[in-house]
Amino acid sequence: MAAIALAAATALLAGCSSSDGKADNPLSDGGQASGDSVVVGSNNFPESTLLADIYGEALKAKGIKVTYKPNIGSRETTYGMIKNGTISVLPEYNGALLAYLDKKAAPKTADATTAAIEAKLDSGLTLLKPAAAQSKDSVTLSADTAKKYGLTGDSSIADLKDAAGDLVIGASPEFQTRQQGLVGLKSVYGLEFKSFKALDAGGPLTRTALQKNAVQVADIFTTDPVISKEKFVVLKDPKNLFGFENVQPLVRKGALNQKGADALDAVSAKLDTATLLDLDTQVQGQNKDPLDVARAWLKSAGLA
Amino acid sequence: MNGFFDLPSDLQYGYLGLVGLHLREGLIPVLAGLLIALPVAQLCVRFRWVYPPVLGLTTVLYSIPSLAFFVVLIDYFGQSETTVMVPLAIYSLVVLVPAIVDGVRSVPQDTLAAARAMGFGPVRRYLQVQLPIAVPAIIAGLRVATVSSLSLVSVGMLIGNQGALGNMLYSATTYNRPALAVNSVLTTAVLGVLADALLVLVRRLLTPWMPPTKGAAR
Amino acid sequence: MNVLHFAQAFFSDGSHWHGRDGIPTRLSEHVKYSLEALLFAAAVGLPVGLVTGHYGRGGNALALIATAGRALPSFGLLVLMFIWIGFGMVPVMIPLVVLAVPPILVTTYEAVRSVDPSPVDAARGMGMPESRVLLQVELPVALPLVLSGLRTAAIQIVSTATIAAYVSLGGLGRYIIDGLYQRDYEKVVGGAGLVAGLALATLVVFWAAARLAVSPGVRRSG
Repeated sequence: MAAIALAAATALLAGCSSSDGKADNPLSDGGQASGDSVVVGSNNFPESTLLADIYGEALKAKGIKVTYKPNIGSRETTYGMIKNGTISVLPEYNGALLAYLDKKAAPKTADATTAAIEAKLDSGLTLLKPAAAQSKDSVTLSADTAKKYGLTGDSSIADLKDAAGDLVIGASPEFQTRQQGLVGLKSVYGLEFKSFKALDAGGPLTRTALQKNAVQVADIFTTDPVISKEKFVVLKDPKNLFGFENVQPLVRKGALNQKGADALDAVSAKLDTATLLDLDTQVQGQNKDPLDVARAWLKSAGLA
Repeated sequence: MNGFFDLPSDLQYGYLGLVGLHLREGLIPVLAGLLIALPVAQLCVRFRWVYPPVLGLTTVLYSIPSLAFFVVLIDYFGQSETTVMVPLAIYSLVVLVPAIVDGVRSVPQDTLAAARAMGFGPVRRYLQVQLPIAVPAIIAGLRVATVSSLSLVSVGMLIGNQGALGNMLYSATTYNRPALAVNSVLTTAVLGVLADALLVLVRRLLTPWMPPTKGAAR
Repeated sequence: MNVLHFAQAFFSDGSHWHGRDGIPTRLSEHVKYSLEALLFAAAVGLPVGLVTGHYGRGGNALALIATAGRALPSFGLLVLMFIWIGFGMVPVMIPLVVLAVPPILVTTYEAVRSVDPSPVDAARGMGMPESRVLLQVELPVALPLVLSGLRTAAIQIVSTATIAAYVSLGGLGRYIIDGLYQRDYEKVVGGAGLVAGLALATLVVFWAAARLAVSPGVRRSG
């Protein structure tokens, strides 16, 4: 009882002190998205933040009011938040989103992927057009490990079958329970690793762990500049476990007007994998601020 | 953007903004905790049998790790500051309730008898005699609660940038800028030490009859 | 949502009871981290607290160190140490020890200082050297308070050791961090329950230790 009273008191005091306009009032969580301000969220890895900045700034250029909610967490969390309206636009990766919604789906084209997602998507949500840019989860080895087992960039994930029992794989905690993760690696490729090390979503922990051989195999995003820098070896995925991973905006129906939807479609039309890799390199390699990188690119692409 | 105070845009605040946010997220819970602890402690003093179960309950709640508390509360308050502040307020009780109970109990019987003889009713006696005498003990509790509350706010980073100065830790690793982590740790520590010093000052102002060094170590 | 329901689901799931992510493994990892941190912290805090308390000097300096130690955010320190040192136990041990030293140090100091001076003087009068005065006269009397300082430190360590999971180590925090990212409340609630249980078990251990170690004469007067 005291705890409830305490919660109430805290909430009340918090409410009173919310003089700061940027702070979100928890009581209005549900209503935020339907207002005139579009809330662009992002997952807890830098590419997602960068994409959110690109979407947000593109919308702003069309005179739409935007607030950001960066670094929220994993898809397991963000999907819930866009469903309940806390956020209204989210950069997504179509294959990963589909695998989250439907473990068994294995579409052959990007369009089929979009269609399959739309069939499973919450009724309040919809996808805009996909970009050509793809950023996939991957099974990646350090240069040393690849050499040791005689694997190259032309080898397939399946070639890891004999070695897997000796290797530690590292990835985000959610990788353990995902189809595009340990579950699928076992069911699709029959891989069972020696053990799993929970790191982060293709972030600094994962990179360092692979560099320092704390893990021998890791899930690194294919657009990560570290791959070429460290000569990491990305294994081929012939059974398409990691599928199509086109960058694609997931939005709440009615959150964007036609102008807004057109703006994001225009972004997707110009965003290809090479561009995304370049922008990622600026943020993660050259320490530029993602918002500056987003603005500069939109300007150079004639979108802002 | 490599300066010590140069924060990446995804933090959404400047340095001073984060400091303000941190103070808010860290201090409001202690204030809320104090508002709850005062009546609860008074109950514990009035009815002695209440005290052990209250102590037990606060100890159990205190042993729940902050991150788990945050995650569970996301369902009620969303990824918001409130989610961070409610557990911090609950943690503060484990320090504040015993501090107030001990403080109020330490008032000598003679003093209470004197107050009664002067015609003080129970409310007046509480407000004008017991509470002032208990001030040093209460402030000692507040110091511990405030400092640890300010230091725990950082963990809120893990539930979607709700950790004020702690959010810099995410940027520090993500953008490979260790200086931001140093900044986060140092600024948080300095805020704690300053808040502590401020409370010592408050105690001196509230209890001018006390020698200035009493209770320095706790 | 019903917390008890999640806890029940977690503990009744057989797969949570074995393997590298099973409860026995995670629990023993957590106990190991906590014990190591407590040992380190005691190795620093106890001798310094005993000696300064014995000579009754340095109280203000200790108070300052204690406040600074408390003010340093454990989680921030963990991330910073991880950036500087990399993977391993050291980045986890540093924040846990920094967290645990202040209560041990301050309580030990206070405990020794508040020992009744007359038996101490008597012991000196009998020609006892200072080291024996401290260990054979002051320490037994101060023991209940010293133990309470260790207890506070131990509880804080047990609860805070969960952050080790953030830098890829094990322990019960694994359930909480994994549960957060997998949106699996069973794990979060189960992990939190186990940590709280371990903290309460720690209380019981210290209570028993106090019963066994504190001499009956001191217990009666305390």
